[in-house]
Amino acid sequence: MSGSNLIELISALIILTGTIFSFLSSIGYIRLPDIYNRAHALAKSSTLGVLFVLLGTFLFFLFAEGYFSIKLFLGIFFVFLTSPVSTHVICRSAYHSGVEMAEGSVQDELKQFIKG
Amino acid sequence: MIPIALQVLINLFIGFLWMFLQDDWSALSFLSGYLVGLVVLFVMRKFFSSQYYLFTVQAVINLFLLFIYQLFASSIVVIQRIIKPKLDIKPGIVAFETDLERDIEVTLLAALITLTPGSVVVEISPDNKVLYIHAMDIPELSDGVFLSKLKFEEAIRKVTGS
Repeated sequence: MSGSNLIELISALIILTGTIFSFLSSIGYIRLPDIYNRAHALAKSSTLGVLFVLLGTFLFFLFAEGYFSIKLFLGIFFVFLTSPVSTHVICRSAYHSGVEMAEGSVQDELKQFIKG
Repeated sequence: MIPIALQVLINLFIGFLWMFLQDDWSALSFLSGYLVGLVVLFVMRKFFSSQYYLFTVQAVINLFLLFIYQLFASSIVVIQRIIKPKLDIKPGIVAFETDLERDIEVTLLAALITLTPGSVVVEISPDNKVLYIHAMDIPELSDGVFLSKLKFEEAIRKVTGS
């Protein structure tokens, strides 16, 4: 038993957490009714899932190989930069092309704004 | 934002000046010069039109920590909704007014709200006053989204110094 085993265990656990988040969000993608709710589930996979997987990889390379990979941090940064923009644009264009919200939606204050 | 870049530039200049005066081309003497520059800028902070730039750095770090906290808190709520055997969500679109005025501030706020799970910004009114947010579970989440929006607004205001 040495320190490198511990590091491998910790980074494996972090990567596992990331994959669990991705798995849960794909369950959400199947179960949720309409595109707006699915966007919530997918936004979570691309933020928390990618964050944990890349963080675990980063820790592994840093401690096991002694290699400080700034590329992985850039990956996290650009995912966090582009993911909200694409989510927003998809939801906005869906709303403007008239995609109905799911049954059971309780309120829609945007309708008055666009119609009025 | 320009005056802050100016402060960083002056600080870099003081660092290089210190390094040349020491006649020692090393990262260590540049770093000590940079630290001296930080002190000099702190003493002269009243003469700049913007706030001392380390305060801005601190505000950015605060905003980042707040964002990480909100990311985890709202993720747990969304996951609870998803893995419940019976799906009882009440989605809808709510309108929130914002006090932020500049384009960069509104962009930052919309990006942060969209990144936190359970809320997506669908539309922004042309005058940048109202955000239309699609929330996954209105009765429970809309208060949470409103509170996090207030916190984000305060933190963003500290970053941009307005």
